[in-house]
Amino acid sequence: MNTPFQLHDFAGGIHPVENKAQSTRCPIADAGIPEKLILPLTQHIGAQSICTVKVGDKVLKAQLIAVSHGAVSANLHAPTSGTITAIGQMPIAHQSGLTGPCIEITSDQQDTWIKCEGTKDYSDVSPDSLIQTIEQAGIVGMGGAGFPSHVKASAKVGSIETLILNAAECEPYITADDMLMQEHAVEVVSGISILAHILKPKTILVGIEDNKPKAIAAVKKVLSQLNNTVIQVITIPTKYPSGGEKQLIQILTGKEVPSGGLPSELGIVCYNTGTAYAIHNAVVNGQPLISRITTVTGNACLEPKNYHVLIGTPVEHLLKISNTNIANTSRLVMGGPMMGFTIEQIQTPIVKASNCIIAATKDELPDPAMEQACIRCGMCTEACPAQLLPQQLFWFAKSSNLEQAENHNIADCIECGACSFVCPSNIPLVQYYRHAKGEIKQTNADKQKSERAKIRFETRLARLDREQVEKEAKRAARAKAAANKQADKKLAEQTIAEEKQTINTAQKIKSGTAVTILSNVSTDMATKSLTDEIEALKQKVVAAQTRVNKATERYNMAKEQELDTLAAFQTGLDKQQTKLVQAKETLETFTRQSEEAK
Amino acid sequence: MKLLNISSPHTTRALSTSHVMLWVLAALIPGVITLTYFFGAGHLVQIVIAVSTALICEAAVMKARKRPILFYLKDNSALLTAVLLALSLPPYAPYWVTIIASGFSIIVAKHLYGGLGQNPFNPAMVGYALVLISFPVPMTTSWSAPAELMNTSISFTHALNVIFSSRETMDAITAATPLDVYKHQIPIATASEIYQNPLFKGADQSSIVLGWQWVSAAYLLGGIFLIWKKIFTWHIPVSLLVALTFCSLSFGWDTDSFVPTSLHLLAGATMIGAFFIATDPVSASTTPLGKLIYGAGIGILIFVIRTWGAYPDAVAFAVLLMNFAAPFIDQYTQPRTYGHNQPKRGLAAKK
Repeated sequence: MNTPFQLHDFAGGIHPVENKAQSTRCPIADAGIPEKLILPLTQHIGAQSICTVKVGDKVLKAQLIAVSHGAVSANLHAPTSGTITAIGQMPIAHQSGLTGPCIEITSDQQDTWIKCEGTKDYSDVSPDSLIQTIEQAGIVGMGGAGFPSHVKASAKVGSIETLILNAAECEPYITADDMLMQEHAVEVVSGISILAHILKPKTILVGIEDNKPKAIAAVKKVLSQLNNTVIQVITIPTKYPSGGEKQLIQILTGKEVPSGGLPSELGIVCYNTGTAYAIHNAVVNGQPLISRITTVTGNACLEPKNYHVLIGTPVEHLLKISNTNIANTSRLVMGGPMMGFTIEQIQTPIVKASNCIIAATKDELPDPAMEQACIRCGMCTEACPAQLLPQQLFWFAKSSNLEQAENHNIADCIECGACSFVCPSNIPLVQYYRHAKGEIKQTNADKQKSERAKIRFETRLARLDREQVEKEAKRAARAKAAANKQADKKLAEQTIAEEKQTINTAQKIKSGTAVTILSNVSTDMATKSLTDEIEALKQKVVAAQTRVNKATERYNMAKEQELDTLAAFQTGLDKQQTKLVQAKETLETFTRQSEEAK
Repeated sequence: MKLLNISSPHTTRALSTSHVMLWVLAALIPGVITLTYFFGAGHLVQIVIAVSTALICEAAVMKARKRPILFYLKDNSALLTAVLLALSLPPYAPYWVTIIASGFSIIVAKHLYGGLGQNPFNPAMVGYALVLISFPVPMTTSWSAPAELMNTSISFTHALNVIFSSRETMDAITAATPLDVYKHQIPIATASEIYQNPLFKGADQSSIVLGWQWVSAAYLLGGIFLIWKKIFTWHIPVSLLVALTFCSLSFGWDTDSFVPTSLHLLAGATMIGAFFIATDPVSASTTPLGKLIYGAGIGILIFVIRTWGAYPDAVAFAVLLMNFAAPFIDQYTQPRTYGHNQPKRGLAAKK
């Protein structure tokens, strides 16, 4: 442990004003129980959870209220006891500013727990059942992305060599992880140990930026008390975005996550500090993820600090308890100032991934200045941690030259905002990239769609061709059969004629009795072929009738739906009816003939 | 107050494009001061003429294009173009040469291509090349003689007088440039003979090239300041100077036949070209590797044109020629992106 840990650097990066001191002066406070809690069904990446309660139900704290659906999804629990008062669309924490399906709980202020049972000593518990516990507790990545934690933990044992705890917290303003480590280092370390027990990594690294000396000291102290030498606390230089998963991996290991790939491909898995804390709570205390630490800060906030917040607490409640001047707030940001998003409605709830609320005044985060021309100064290239050429991407995005944008790896943009931050021309570069990415996604989807349509069309043509060929073959076969029949008939007539002739000759010699017999034979044969014909005709009439019925049915349907092709159906129906009439007439003629013959 | 709805990032650095331009202008100050000290106030007059013409043209074009005039004037880009042009022109060039060059820079080279950020060629150099080709006599005979050789310093009013009216008194205060002298005398003289010219050694025989060496040093200082301020990166100037030095040492080591390396670096427009002209980001290559190629290309072309071309100096032509190549260079010098094994080079593959 005496050899210094080899740190690597990532390309680019910026040093925005940290603004972290404001919210670290006070210890973490309890935000209390708001009157109403709003719990969105999608607080994670993946499929929406399925609600298992109905309006009017009484729920207890930590009771399951929505279950995960599919492989990548998460459970949801009631953060406090109370009554379900609404289920439906409500404003959610999302940059679209749209509403989403939510469960509203009106708290009874009793905070009555459902029975929770933890496992104090998990050393004998199998990793699988621990993963199950994490899954049951509805834990998702709490750094912002909200990826379900159990999915990450389900990596094949032995495939993960390095477990990284992402405690960099590189975004300005946010101090939730910092304060969590300062006050709950024991639990955080316990969370890491649980993950280590599951994943069995060779190396465990805790990456913390050097602007959090207290947190570093706190974690180191706990580790030395526990005599834990497996977990290494690595102090990394403060530089945004060192807390980006890809960047932190690069800093700590020198490796790069392959484009479009996952860290697990490198045998690495990253967890956020808050997630480790939640995992400790789930395994040791048996408590699901129903609260988190959230920083409430910004110049409009008179008492900036960190709070233990129940998931679902409306932002309004936090603003109130932190003495925030809402009238003075020009921008309300959820998350950090670099990658967070603004919320317009203060009823928006805190979700599992909400690490910070910034109530900013106009002076603090001024309205964006008017965009100037790009002079290709290249400051963005110098700042880009993904080693892209933002000035070129901007050019391509603006002119919708998607092919070139893709060729310049726009897909590898992590939207950290470093380029926009340094841009002297105030160009909202990230917005341009998001737009281009969306366009590329749409174009690709359209392309796939038209590809599918093309295949469908070609398959249909092939089928029609095949049917045509089969029809031809059938027709040919029928024609052959008819010709054969004709030939047989001719042959038979010939035979009869020959026989008649022979008999005639004989008759001339012999008496006339034989004549009657023979003429009978001939009539019999004629009647027989006539009967066959009638039988065939009858079938034809039946078939024609069916076709008419079908055509009528189709015609009626078209009429009901008021299709444009109604006229075509009409013609079809008429045609079938004519055919039926014709078939019936032919049948009648033949029947008459046969009767006459008899 | 209504809450603002806007996507990230929410915070930006305070440096703006007009500040970038101002920093570049600030970095030119030592150069302007040394120029005035060693060669009189002619440049100051040219700066005034070029800047006023440029600003008027910029405002006129903005009015014609129905854009907010003040907003665009405040980006200081026209100001910078005009100052760079004025510093490139001979100090006693007649006023109309400067007006034509400055007007052409702004109207044709900048705005007819779409304005700031859209011009493929360096506007100042387009204006300079235009007047150099069109009016060769005033462009080659209006260079200022070093003040030290005239025993008098040319004041602003004196310069103003020369530039605007009394051209006939000009001979007393002008001289050929050192590069011009060397280039035209070397076929018939040795290096040591040429060095006898007071333009090089000065009265006390102490200089490499009188006056110019200090002007070049001042530009170098300003350039290093801008690199330190991270206004631009080191790539273009360094590769330009290295390429020029390398060419000069490899092919022009014989000072009896070729211009010596010291004069290449210190006597002409090399330093202002390397740090202030070639680094114009709009018309330069923008990838890190591309900048190295672009800078080296300019360095090589400067050497080639100075040595075998008709003109004693060559920065304008070298820069303009490499401006042509910049978009192409960019296509083939994309850096390797995070998570990729190989950099993507060239145009997008047709799907």
